Amino acid sequence: MITYKNNPIILLVSRVVSPFIILFALYVIFHGHYSPGGGFQGGTLLAAALILIRLSAGREIAQLQFKSVLGTPLGCLGVLIYFGTGLAAMLAGGEFLDYAFLPFGGLTAAEIRSIGILMVEIGVGLAVMAILVAIYDDLLEGYKYD
Amino acid sequence: MTDILLGHYAYWGIIALLVIGLYGMMFKNNLAKKLIGMTIFQVAIIMFYVASAVKWGATVPILDPAIGAADAAKYISPLQHCLMLTAIVVGVATIGVAFSLVIAIHRRYKTLDESTLLERMKTS
Amino acid sequence: MIIQNSPALIPLLLLASAISIPLLAIRKTGIAYVTAAAAAFCAMAISAFNTYRVWESGPITYHFGGWIPPIGIEYVLDPLSAFVTLVVNVVAFVVLCHAGGLKDREITEKATPYYSLVLLLLCGANGMILTGDLFNLYVFLEIFSLAGYGLIGIGEKQAPVASFRYLIMGTIGASFYLLGLGFVYIVTGTLNMADMKTMLPLLYGNPAVTAGLTLIVIGMGIKMALFPLHGWLPDAYTYAPSTSTALIAPIGTKVAAYVILRVLFFVFDVKFVDQTLPVTDLIGWLAAGGILFGSVMAIAQREMKRMLAYSSVAQIGYIGLGIGLANPLGLIGAVLHILNHAFMKGALFLVAANLRKNAGHSDISKLDATYRNRLPWSMAAFTLAALSMIGLPPTAGFFSKWYLALGSIDKGNWVFLVVILLSSLLNAVYFFRVLEKVYLLPPTDPEAGKALPKLARRRAVGQEEYSLMIPTVVLSFSLLLLGLWNANIVKGILQRIIPPGM
Repeated sequence: MITYKNNPIILLVSRVVSPFIILFALYVIFHGHYSPGGGFQGGTLLAAALILIRLSAGREIAQLQFKSVLGTPLGCLGVLIYFGTGLAAMLAGGEFLDYAFLPFGGLTAAEIRSIGILMVEIGVGLAVMAILVAIYDDLLEGYKYD
Repeated sequence: MTDILLGHYAYWGIIALLVIGLYGMMFKNNLAKKLIGMTIFQVAIIMFYVASAVKWGATVPILDPAIGAADAAKYISPLQHCLMLTAIVVGVATIGVAFSLVIAIHRRYKTLDESTLLERMKTS
Repeated sequence: MIIQNSPALIPLLLLASAISIPLLAIRKTGIAYVTAAAAAFCAMAISAFNTYRVWESGPITYHFGGWIPPIGIEYVLDPLSAFVTLVVNVVAFVVLCHAGGLKDREITEKATPYYSLVLLLLCGANGMILTGDLFNLYVFLEIFSLAGYGLIGIGEKQAPVASFRYLIMGTIGASFYLLGLGFVYIVTGTLNMADMKTMLPLLYGNPAVTAGLTLIVIGMGIKMALFPLHGWLPDAYTYAPSTSTALIAPIGTKVAAYVILRVLFFVFDVKFVDQTLPVTDLIGWLAAGGILFGSVMAIAQREMKRMLAYSSVAQIGYIGLGIGLANPLGLIGAVLHILNHAFMKGALFLVAANLRKNAGHSDISKLDATYRNRLPWSMAAFTLAALSMIGLPPTAGFFSKWYLALGSIDKGNWVFLVVILLSSLLNAVYFFRVLEKVYLLPPTDPEAGKALPKLARRRAVGQEEYSLMIPTVVLSFSLLLLGLWNANIVKGILQRIIPPGM
């Protein structure tokens, strides 16, 4: 992992497989609130797709897919999406995270709760992905690739 | 006696994992092996909760049109699984922090072996 | 909106500030400190408001997500949690004010993650105190612990090793808590504290409840640094940066003691933990051992922060002793000592930080009479805090020991009384050592001890910067106020804390 050898098979397979992993991860996130899946599981899959390229192609090339400086800010943004959903519910009159009070018009309470959970799961997925990639980058900071 | 041994076989396995994890944390000299022991310990506790959620003759807690929603005894309890999602995330975060500390220790003392580390801490 | 949501606002506000610091401070890292201080100030204001509300109208509950309690998570503001939140937030705000002037080199390099971790630490502590759900308590316990490991690991020479040891022991503690909670959850079927209190009396013979209670107490005992389980504390407090120690020492072990209080007396029945399964006896005797051990080890130390760390082990022993007595006077003594020790240790660690900044070291053997002139106000604050630790009236420390002594007499446990008195003498030994070197011994340099001419005296006070001096003095002189107002505090707040059945 420290020395980068030019191996065409690994590189080709990683490049082909990584977008499909991202697609499957999005499927897992969006199906989280009524079937197996959810924010944390989908976020881990997204992070796996990004770390796959970091492992096979090296850090410099992987910056084309996801820049390392974006790690912590995107993680905070994800948690802020979660927090913002709860805050919107609180400002609209309910308690924190009471999704029935979210300001979407014309839907029943059960449907608004479903949309609320979906927003929270998206925030969690984004945060988990960014933080796991940031952990990987920080643990390997300072190693030189050939 | 056989009732305790065979009826609760899952919990005996979990106790074995707990003890292996504690052994790794206490008796292994390498810092990374201590962390592996800690992970095994946390996984054993997660398995404990999940094993307690099972019911005889019940299926996964996803609403099945054939079974319907009226009878709660036909679905296993999903609450322990949700609690353990949180515990898994906590475990991941702990391992992240732990390995950052291990890397900082390695940069400062150039070793991960506990006895060598203690000697170098005395002299440095 | 603020009135309706006020129980939940403190952890939410601290969490929102913690996660927005990395976004706000991308260009200028100075914003991180300002945001942290502002958030701590708002938390202090809201906790004062909460205490006032509880004092006026009684306990308040808040249901997250609109789900009613056994199904949902609730936050409970009763007199005990409002009081402890107020103590934690006031001390945290004063220490953060001090941190601004300290300008520790390691912290200024990494200001953005450092202050974000500080706010996460406070969010975890406040969440642990306010929550009424046992699993939510585990989540906030881990938030608090992880932030603590990070804050300690930033320090000087041995800090990563000390933080690693704290991490291993702290994770074992939290995992034991989770395992014990699992046992109790399996037999009761609920995680809510109030609901569990109604279900447990039916189950007292059950071995799962015994196992669960034992594991919870041992797990939180590790986090609280109860006597044999205190091994992580001396190194962690010594090698961490000064601000981290001044934040974790007054707050960390106290919230763990609060959790044990809450679980033993408010979830389980007092009769059960005192007579049927004498967990409180065990805690009391271990705490008594810890008091003597901590005091003796503190006498043997040469460096001030390490001495204060062993002294913390002893002081946590007092709180454990109060829990172990399991009667109203002991409980009042324990909670009052939470308040007093937070202020005393906060002041003492801030004095150690000032000493390090001014003189570059905090070694006791190198102190001499020049420090009287170099750091006049810090040494005065140290003297007052030392007198309070020893337990001289009318400082605050005397009153908590008084209530603990009354509680031990009430219970008929004369050994505890002797331990309390003996430890006051031992505290006097290691504090008077410092005071003797600074105030009483003739100086080695004959010019140093004389009163300085007026200009030099003004420069001496100016040598000690105002931003460092004022927080230290505030924490220390409020010990006098807390001592004089002690009767009001006990009558007004603490008498309402006593759980039914005690």
